[in-house]
Amino acid sequence: MSGRKRLAMSQPTEGAAGRTGSWRLFRPVIDAEKCNQCGLCQLYCPDAAIDQDLKIDLNYCKGCGICANECPKKAIEMVREEQ
Amino acid sequence: MTEIPKEEYVLKGTTACAGCSASLSLRYVLKVAGPDTVLVIPASCSSVIQGTYPNTALHIPVYNIAFAAAAACASGMSNAFRELGKKTNVIVYAGDGGTLDIGIQSMSGAFERGTDFLYICYDNEEYGNTGMQRSGATPLGARTTTTPAGKTEEKKDIDAIIAAHNPPYMATACSAFPQDIFKKVKKALSIRGPTFIHILAPCPSGWHYPPGKTIEIGRLAVKTGMWLLYEREYGQVSISSPSKAAMKNPAPLEEFLAPQRRFAGIDPKTVEILKQRIAQNIKRLTKEESGVC
Repeated sequence: MSGRKRLAMSQPTEGAAGRTGSWRLFRPVIDAEKCNQCGLCQLYCPDAAIDQDLKIDLNYCKGCGICANECPKKAIEMVREEQ
Repeated sequence: MTEIPKEEYVLKGTTACAGCSASLSLRYVLKVAGPDTVLVIPASCSSVIQGTYPNTALHIPVYNIAFAAAAACASGMSNAFRELGKKTNVIVYAGDGGTLDIGIQSMSGAFERGTDFLYICYDNEEYGNTGMQRSGATPLGARTTTTPAGKTEEKKDIDAIIAAHNPPYMATACSAFPQDIFKKVKKALSIRGPTFIHILAPCPSGWHYPPGKTIEIGRLAVKTGMWLLYEREYGQVSISSPSKAAMKNPAPLEEFLAPQRRFAGIDPKTVEILKQRIAQNIKRLTKEESGVC
């Protein structure tokens, strides 16, 4: 094992590039009234930041806006981050 | 959609740009492949999005290797696994630079040797990782950092080159249709021998469109006929359903070109040539499907 430890081998970690949510300029906000839970936002999210219950993980959401663009009910709005 | 597994092998917090369709495609490739998989990645955006040592965002074994050696490495790996009696999937996930330009000799060799592996080329039509330079896959008229006035040559037809190797299975896909990618990767992995999938991966940073439009641009590429989805199984071509409708009645090409700044100020003559190419490709593919040529 000691030889193995010396190998330059990376370990799978969530947030390998840090909290990528800090890159975000616009935050997706789901309007629960309009949402019909089709799951397209979850399907198209490149970062898998939307889970099966359609909750957005804002720690890692980069704010690309694909979910808002693809939502057939227009239930997701991109809101500017105030910091 | 229910059949797509819930497990994620691309963990949250990669260094991919916002709206990256290469990481979206990789998500679905790995969902099919599952944990018994080794990914071989030559230098490309995908070797960068893993993050920095000692962490990686990919939850499966990955071997990062030099540009020209990916398919050769996969060949050796695949042979070693089969010799040990293991059915581990060996997948090469290379960009268009690593497939069409720099990696073509090792890939051609692996296809000729009949290596049991899956070669996936995600095609963002430029050298995205090094700053959007021109590649063999850049379409005619597109501006890149090394072709500031628009590329004057046409895109290399890698699918025809692969088809000449006569592999048991090859397909084209687009990141805007994840279910289609899922289906094709599943089929490719179930077939023994060298298989190839060419995925069009729109790149917001290089094609210069708002990142939210990644899926929309991919869909427009298929709708306008700029990108044709088909499978070639033991020489028999079958056109995939999203392309079938588009081939009968393609949307105007301008709809695809207009949102991308890399096509800003494109010469009308160049657009005409692109349109002619689309018509030719559609004609050729229809003929191939019906077994005429």
